[in-house]
Parts: sequence; C-alpha cells; structure tokens
Amino acid sequence: MSRKLLALTSLFAIVALVLAACGPAATTAAPTTAPTEPPKATAEEPQATAAPTQAPAEPTLVEKTVTIGFTSSLTGAQEVSSKRQVNGFNLWMNQINDAGGLELADGTLVKFAAQTYDDESTKERVQELYTRLITEDNADFLISPYSSGLTAAAAIIAEQNGKVMITVGAAEDDAYKQGYANVFQLYTPGSLYLISTVDMLKQLDPEAKVAIVHENDKFSTSVVSGLKPYLESQGFEIVLEEGYASDTTDFGPVINKLAESGATVLLGGGHYPDGSTFARQLYERKVGLKFISLLVAPADSKFPELGDAALGVSTSSQWELKATHTEEEAAALNIEWYGPSGTDFAAAYEATFGDKPTYHAAGGYAAGLLLQKAMLDAGSADPEKVKAALEAMNIFTFYGGIQFDTTPEAHGLQISHEMVVAQWQKSDAGELVREVIWPADVATADPLYPVPAP
Amino acid sequence: MQQVSLLLASLPDGILLGLVYGLAAMGLTLIWGVMNVINLSHGPIIALGMFGTFFLFIRMGINPYIGLFVIAALGLLLGILIYAAAVHRVINAPHLSSLLATFSVNMIIIGLGTAVFTTSPYNVDFNMGSFRLGPITLLGTRLIAALVAILYTGALYLFLYRTRPGKFIRAVANNRDAAELMGVPSTRILALSFGLGTMLAAVSGALIATFFPFSILSGGGYELKSFVIGVLGGLGNPLGALLGGLILGLLEGIIPAFLETSWVPVIEFALFVVILLIRPTGLFGAKR
Repeated sequence: MSRKLLALTSLFAIVALVLAACGPAATTAAPTTAPTEPPKATAEEPQATAAPTQAPAEPTLVEKTVTIGFTSSLTGAQEVSSKRQVNGFNLWMNQINDAGGLELADGTLVKFAAQTYDDESTKERVQELYTRLITEDNADFLISPYSSGLTAAAAIIAEQNGKVMITVGAAEDDAYKQGYANVFQLYTPGSLYLISTVDMLKQLDPEAKVAIVHENDKFSTSVVSGLKPYLESQGFEIVLEEGYASDTTDFGPVINKLAESGATVLLGGGHYPDGSTFARQLYERKVGLKFISLLVAPADSKFPELGDAALGVSTSSQWELKATHTEEEAAALNIEWYGPSGTDFAAAYEATFGDKPTYHAAGGYAAGLLLQKAMLDAGSADPEKVKAALEAMNIFTFYGGIQFDTTPEAHGLQISHEMVVAQWQKSDAGELVREVIWPADVATADPLYPVPAP
Repeated sequence: MQQVSLLLASLPDGILLGLVYGLAAMGLTLIWGVMNVINLSHGPIIALGMFGTFFLFIRMGINPYIGLFVIAALGLLLGILIYAAAVHRVINAPHLSSLLATFSVNMIIIGLGTAVFTTSPYNVDFNMGSFRLGPITLLGTRLIAALVAILYTGALYLFLYRTRPGKFIRAVANNRDAAELMGVPSTRILALSFGLGTMLAAVSGALIATFFPFSILSGGGYELKSFVIGVLGGLGNPLGALLGGLILGLLEGIIPAFLETSWVPVIEFALFVVILLIRPTGLFGAKR
C-alpha cells in the first residue's frame, strides 16, 4: 500500500514538475536583475523634478509595489529591437527603485516591479500573455510589446480589460483610431515617419525619382500610407511601389524591378531582419541609387556588421543621442521639461549594458519616465487618475515632446514627438558612425548625397 | 518590353538559387526515399550549416568553400547520431512515430540553438563580387553555390551508382527485407543514408549563409521549400529534387516580374496543392 502511495505521490510530483516546466517562463525583473549602478545625478533627477508635487513630508509613507506588465520578444523576428527596448525600460525601473522609489502626493511610496514573458514575436502569444498579465499577474499598468503588429494584438486585450497601456516601439496609426481609451502612443505615428526625410530630399534633389519598397506589415504600410501622399504633394515622381513579405530573404527580383524603374531614391524597408538583408543585397548588386532610407534596421547598432554595405544608408529615427532633446529646447517652446538629460541617460545605459543606446532603448526608458510623470501629476498610482494625467500631459524629455490626441477619433495618438534623419557615414578614422543629417538645426553632418557607388 | 528585360534580369538569379534549394531538398528526399521518414529536423540542420559557415569564416577565418568539407563531415556525423538516437527505434513504426521523433529533434536543435545563438540575425560578410551582362547581374557567391550544388548532385549520383555502399543504399530503398536477405547491413545503411541527407541539408545551409543573413529559425523557410520541391520533383527522387528546385527558383524569378513579390509564396504553395492533387508522385516520379 505504502509503495503504491509512494508511486502515486512521485507521479503527481513529476506531473507537477512537467507542467511547471511547460508553462511560459515568467521572469520578474527585480531591481537586482539588471546590474545597474546609475550615476547619482540620473537617479536623483526624477525625484528632484518631482519635488514640487510631492506631499508634505510625513513619517508614515505607505509603500506600494506597482506591477508593470509587458511581453518582450526574447526570440523571433523582433528580438533585436525588442531587447533594446526592454533594456531601456529596466534601466528606468532600476534607477527609480535604487533611488528609494517614487513618492506620491497621496502619501504612497511606489516601488516598481516588472512582470514579463517572451512573446516569441507572435501575436498569438501576445494575446495569451497580456490576458495572463492582467488576470493572473494583476499588472497595474501595461507597456506594449515591440512592433506595431504585436502591439495591435496587445492593445485589444488592454482595452477589453480597461488597463492603461503605454505603447512604445509601435508607430502604426490605426490602433489609435479604433475608439480605444486606454492606449497611449510614445512614438511618432507611422504616417509621419518619413516626412522629415522627404523634406530633406526636397532640398537636396527635388527631381529625385522615388521607389517605395516596403515590408508588408502593419507598421511599414502605415508609414507608406503617410509617405505616398506627402511625396506627391511635394512634387516627387513615384516610379515604383512594391511590398514584400516579412520573411523575404532574396531581394534579387525586387532589386531588379528597382533598377528597371529608373529610381534614384529608395524609401522603405520594414524591420531589422529584412532591412539588413535588403541593404546588403542593394550593395552587392550595385544598383547605383543616390539615396537609400530604410526603416528601423539602420537605427540599430548591429547595422555596421554589414560592413561597407551600411555606408550611406539612412533611417528615420525617433531619437539620436547626437541630437538629443534638451532643457533649453523645451524652454524655447515653453513646454515643461522632465527627466534626465540625454547624455545622462546614455551614460547610465552604456554603463549598464555596454553599448550606446539606440532609439529603441531610449523609447523603453521614456515609456517608464512617462508613467512616472503621470503618477506624479496624478499624485496617485490609481489607474484612472494616471490615465487622466496622461491625457492632460504636455511635456518635453530627452526623448522629445510627449502629448496625446484626446479626441475620440484618435485617442492616445502621439501628436508632439518628431523624428530626425540619421545616416551611416565614415568617420575620419574610417569607422562607420551614425550621423544626424536632418533637421538642419540639429544635424551633426551634411547628408552623404549621392551615396558613394559600391 | 520592360517585363522582358525584368524577366531576363531575374531568371539567372532564380536558376542559381533554385539549384541550392534543390540541394537542400535532396537531403529531405533521400531520407524519405530510403527509409520512408519525413525528416522534420531538416530545417534546423540547414540553420546549423549556416552557423557552421559563420563560425568557420568569421571566428576562424576559414574560407567558406573550404569550410564546406568540415561542415559536410560534421553534418554526416550529426545525421548518423540523430538516426541512432531518435529514428532507428521507430523506423518500422507507423509514420506518425518517426514524424514525431524528428519533430522532437527539430525542437531540441531550435531550443539549444536559441539558447546558444539567440534568434538574432547573423551575417557572413563575404563577397565574391558580381558580373554584369547587360541587364543581368550574377553574384559570385550565388554562382559558386550553384556550381557546388551541381557538384554535390553529381557526387551523390556517383556514390549511389558506382560505389558498394551506394548500391546498398539503393537496395535498401528498393526492398529492405530483400536487401537484408542478401547480407546488406541495413541498419548501417539506413544510418548512412540519414547521415547523407543531413549532410546535404547542412551543406546547402552553409552555402546559403554566404549570401543571406540567417538565424537559428531561418531553416524553417527552406524546409518548407524543400517539401514543395520534394513534391514537385517526386519524394524519394534526388535528381527530381534538383529539377524541382530549379522550377521553384524559376518561379521565384518569374513571378515578381509580373506581380508583387508577396505573391510568390501564395503561388508556390498553390502549386504544391495542385501537384499533390493531380500528380501525387511528382512531376518526375516519386520512389515507388
């Protein structure tokens, strides 16, 4: 009998272990998980800024842990950019927690905890995991996954459950035109993504013949939906418009079309895997374009791994350290400045992760900063009050302007943030460096136009 | 006129790529032909071949084409190991068992590969120049890859028809029981066949890495292409695989001249279904 009982107990234990092992790998990013020793000034900055809105010092602060839920693409097509976004967010969270938490006007001392899962870059996992974050993990606030497609899937779940979600790494416009009330976009919307690039082209070469070749996904098509009419309004001739599947590896046929079209300028791309492949094959085939602008991929610090194929390739960037936004800029615009400077953020990021932050990393940090500011403005961690504070927000950070559309037609759409244009050029030492080439007032180098022939 | 010129420009690319796809499919079809096993670990093995090129060239500075010998040898050994560990015991079981066994190997390789390499894209910055003939641009890496694919096909045929182990493989493929009665060591021959199939997959991956970026998940796409090619050429027919690859490559060259490139997979898989319906033995006849 006892042997049977032992066998039965062992069986249950094994089944329980197997079930536990099969479940999604949840990781709670405790303050100690990301070994960060942020510069003191950076860690203290948010508190210093928060001082005027803090409650009178009372000995009895009620400590509360606010759980922020999100998925990240630890695996799959969106891995590269998603990991950087999460790095930025973790840096923000660790800085706040290491500085003792966030003191709110209602007497709450907020400390943050992250609940996160690997979404494997798939929408199905995103929907399953955001439901879990809300219903089982009781996340107080949500941050979006990386990419517009995954965010659109997460936004539905957030909205159904009435959870405030800050979207970052998700530029597509449509998600904010569905009547959602709880989703707030940090990035410049996709339809405005390449406007700065077109403005620059207008000055450099108004006769340019433009080819639009883009990934067939939510984000890239939303960029094209804004780009095409703007190009036409500026008098540019569009000689080719072509979409390609996200998993395209052979761009030969597309490049042949490009060459046949007589295009002198290429605008398009999608995300990192396809964009880097496209850039490499454009170089190998010596198409002879005067200017190449691809989405996302050239903004990553991995891009120079392509070697000379990276030279001259430009991108629209949500943020560049070389053109980081400043307090003076905010003062000139008469908008409230909030948070650390771009150089402080970059120094802390580099000290923690060992490489320079990209705009994806800056976006992740800014998402946390935005939530922090909203809580301070609300004087509470209550989601309804935080949501109201987000709706009323109009601030300037190192990342740029942040303000949301509050009309029912486009609630949560970003209306203040602006893009810069960056291009891979060679430094005097012959190294590939990403320079800001537009707008002219923040440019760190002249545009390389036409780009050198391969 | 523009369409004709576009077609001329795209066809050579399609042919060159098609030959490499054919080499990958040959590995799949050889295993099916000899032992009636659909190898679902085919894709990750292609990806491992890609990583082989990356590490030999980027980390050790070995020319990718010399590295092919190393990758082929490792692929052969890996195949024999997979056969011994996962396939041998289910070789006589219903198809579902071998399907699940190779699927498990697929998941193990992807899991380990993800842990070691992550799923970030890798790039082998290797260039063999390009040649321009009017509207046609031939990339050196693709040209050499196609030549290597033809060489491997030739070598495989010589091996199968001119050597004793090759003849044993054909004998086992035709009738395993009869081959055993004639003294053919069928277990060793099956292991060798699985090893050869794996070797071909790894070599095709190694070649693809010289012109396309890749990750541990990249093999999946080529595995799907291998199935389409296998069905086109006839599962179990290695030469059919090469011709099937050529057809697929040509389709990938021709379709974008008239339609958006995103139509390519739609048409490829529609063709897959049509061939299955009207000629399930493939255009060039499957193994009976």
